[in-house]
Amino acid sequence: MQETISFAPRLAVSPIAEILWLIPAVPIVASGVIALFKRPRRKLAATLSIGSLVVSLLLSLVAFAHAVSGWLYGAAVRETVNFSWLHFGSSSVDLGWVLDPLSAIMLVMVSFVGLLIFIYSTGYMARDENYTRFFCFLSLFAGAMLGVVISNSILLLFMNWELVGLTSYLLIGFWYQKPSAAAAAKKAFLTTRIGDIFFLLGIVWLFAQTGTLLFYNHGLGSMEGWALAGLLSQHAALGLTAAGAIGLLIFAGAAGKSGQLPLHVWLPDAMEGPTPVSALIHAATMVAAGVYLIARVYPLMQAGALTGGTTTALTVVTWVGASTAVFAALIAVAQNDIKRILAYSTISQLGYMMAGLGLGGVAIGMFHLITHAFFKALLFMGAGSVIHGTHEEQDIRRMGGLKSDMPLTFITYAIGMLALCGFPLVFSGFWSKDGILEAAQHWSVAKAPFYMLVFGALLTAFYMTRQVSYVFFGYNRGHKTAHESRAAMTVPLAILAFFSIALGFIGTPAWPWFRAFLEGRDAPFDLHVFSEPGLLALMATSSVVVFLGLGLGWWLYGNETPKPEEPDALEKSVPWIWAVLRDKFYIDELYGVTVIAFYGWWARVADWFDRRVWGGAVAGVVWLFAIWARLNRFLDTTVVDGSFDKGCEELSTGGGLLSSVESGRVQTYLRILALAVVALAAILIWSGRP
Amino acid sequence: MTPLAAYLLVAALLFAIGLAGALVRRNAILVLIGIELMLNSANLNFIAFWRYGPHPEALTGMMFAIFSIAVAAAEAAVGLGLVIAIYRHAQTTDLDKMNRMKG
Amino acid sequence: MTPVFYVIAALTIAGGLAAVLLKNLVHAALAVTVAFGGLALLFLSLDAQFAGFAQILVYIGAVAILIVFAILLTRGSDLPQDGVFSHTWLIGLMIAAGVFSVLAWAVLRSVPALPHETAVPAVTVHDIGVALVGRYVLPLEILALLLTAATIGAVIVAMHEKDGAQ
Repeated sequence: MQETISFAPRLAVSPIAEILWLIPAVPIVASGVIALFKRPRRKLAATLSIGSLVVSLLLSLVAFAHAVSGWLYGAAVRETVNFSWLHFGSSSVDLGWVLDPLSAIMLVMVSFVGLLIFIYSTGYMARDENYTRFFCFLSLFAGAMLGVVISNSILLLFMNWELVGLTSYLLIGFWYQKPSAAAAAKKAFLTTRIGDIFFLLGIVWLFAQTGTLLFYNHGLGSMEGWALAGLLSQHAALGLTAAGAIGLLIFAGAAGKSGQLPLHVWLPDAMEGPTPVSALIHAATMVAAGVYLIARVYPLMQAGALTGGTTTALTVVTWVGASTAVFAALIAVAQNDIKRILAYSTISQLGYMMAGLGLGGVAIGMFHLITHAFFKALLFMGAGSVIHGTHEEQDIRRMGGLKSDMPLTFITYAIGMLALCGFPLVFSGFWSKDGILEAAQHWSVAKAPFYMLVFGALLTAFYMTRQVSYVFFGYNRGHKTAHESRAAMTVPLAILAFFSIALGFIGTPAWPWFRAFLEGRDAPFDLHVFSEPGLLALMATSSVVVFLGLGLGWWLYGNETPKPEEPDALEKSVPWIWAVLRDKFYIDELYGVTVIAFYGWWARVADWFDRRVWGGAVAGVVWLFAIWARLNRFLDTTVVDGSFDKGCEELSTGGGLLSSVESGRVQTYLRILALAVVALAAILIWSGRP
Repeated sequence: MTPLAAYLLVAALLFAIGLAGALVRRNAILVLIGIELMLNSANLNFIAFWRYGPHPEALTGMMFAIFSIAVAAAEAAVGLGLVIAIYRHAQTTDLDKMNRMKG
Repeated sequence: MTPVFYVIAALTIAGGLAAVLLKNLVHAALAVTVAFGGLALLFLSLDAQFAGFAQILVYIGAVAILIVFAILLTRGSDLPQDGVFSHTWLIGLMIAAGVFSVLAWAVLRSVPALPHETAVPAVTVHDIGVALVGRYVLPLEILALLLTAATIGAVIVAMHEKDGAQ
């Protein structure tokens, strides 16, 4: 557990914090402009999207530099700009944004990875009809995601959160002509909605308890001492404090977005979307939003913990994260779709991040988030390159031998794969995963998460080796020869590959810059930490595990890759396990026979009720009205119409008579006027006045 | 017979004379003259009531008469302008021949 | 009632009657001027000097002149062949008599309630002026606007038909 960090309150706001809102606003405006195009204008749309994201990236870098310089001077930066959106009664709905190390790092990551994926998309989507629409959605997504990152108000965060969900839906269903894509979009939307309902409940509860929507507001925000103390003194059910209960509700929202058990089912299906979307949204950024959310409300999750202790909310986060990590890794072992393997791998890694947050604090979870964003985006884009090169083939059994056909893709993919596996010392994934494992080892509550995470690491190395063996080694089992992708796609791969390695060095135990930066501490460079026996042993353990996974994978799949028709090597030895894993533990089927079936039954009951009970009642009312209408018609034709016609005749006769009064002679009018005056006066006089 | 009653009777007679002129003469200008007489008799009423009313210092009736005179001047200008316009159009000022508004 | 009042009243009513009855329009215009003058004198006899002089200025000085001009412009001085009175003059006369009888009857019935001779109100022109620009300033301004509009309107109505010739 980290110590409570004291951020120096700063009332003066720097210029970059003042204009922080521009970072999400620019891509959103670009998206709006693209949406207004009358005809598809491919070049302009791509230029606008990429240009807007470049602006965002530059601003993010300035913000990051500002945060770093503040850190260098020993004062952690936390600058907020808040304003009231609505007033009702004595309370108000406040929105605002915050610049602190957490948001600064996340901003740079999102805009940088996003920019690379945008560039990659110009190559990947080059032949797509709806290129313009694609960039419109992509820009909107980037803006919304950046909005999530900078939000200092939980309501503003939620708005952007939903916007992110919407764009995710739009992009998964981008090829809506495919029924599977449309269904996947719907599934993603509905599944994340379940989490979002809990999230919304948490927001409402938090607002009701603290009276503020802001996270940080110079001591008055909901994440600051005064409000947290109030939340801790309130007791909800089951021995939870209000803080813990709200934290769990918010975690439910995060679990929906980040594909944690049991709401993970939408993420593999989301691979129906275009591959850049999978890379950007369903690997690097959006799914990380859940993790980011937990990191953002970490003071709430942590509230009430004694030093070295933990809270109920964090314990739940840890267990859910660790279970997800193992569970998804197991499923990934038995998948044959190149993107589905990566999707389950993403779920598994998100589990690691959640576990990292629960076990060790913001810095550990966020470090894995950042490194993962880079190498997972790299893997997805590499997979996209492979799919492109093999003419839209996604089944790894129909690939093979691509290392000579697509050398650049192979090298970068291998780097990403080793980073994901956590190959020792060189790759970023090793350091970030090690941080999580180290935290798990020292966790006071239980040791099981540590073993689960280690087992997950073994599985990760295994399934990635299997995939790479299938795709790049052996001989080509496809029907067509593959070709290397164009530069717009390979250059971003190379850049991401570089960062997949380089990023690891800002978070090694010897120089824990990342953690120090986030927590506002010094980052001493100290090689002596490696001499601590525990640390070295842990590093050795995790290295052994990785090598074991790699070796096992290579032993099973490396030498002789089977023919597409042949059963999998693992299937041959333990077919029943294989079947369970291939069918994803039957979770979808389980939901099918429980939740979906229940709703189906409920719908049938409602339908029967509608038809028989309500329908009958409505039909009765209709019948009554029909009779009433007949009666009315009879009355109309005989009574009303007759008298109406008569009235019309009389009117026109009367009009004729009256028109003779209108002689057109002024004096006649005057005469009548005078007569009327006389009559009026006579009436007044004789009406009994004295 | 109080002085006020005498003035009011004079005004009533003048009003009736004006009305009779407006009703029986055929010439549009004379109708206007009759109307002017009626207006003047009303003014006489105002002044008389002001003079013998309970609060002459309030100037209410006097002011009403003064404004009425001014409005009557405007009315005379517009009315006579209309008569001239109609005359140009129809080459007559005989109201008996002006019945184009007949319903 | 003073004899002066009877003289002035008779003059006024005679002027009014002449204006209505004289066949020649120019004569009628002159007669109505006499009636206006009589009215002005009546105002003066009611101690309303300001109203009386306003009456002289506006009616004798302006309206009467306007009427004469209108008569000249419409060649109203030529006597029409088929008489100056409307065919239905009898009805009009009866209605006028009816109006008079109602009014007179109302006045006579209320005589007991009417006040007798009262003190002359001490109202100077200064008071009227103060009232006009004080309490009555808004009606005054509106009236100024009305007069302006009426002047312009009268000019436009009267000259409209000439457009074609110009």
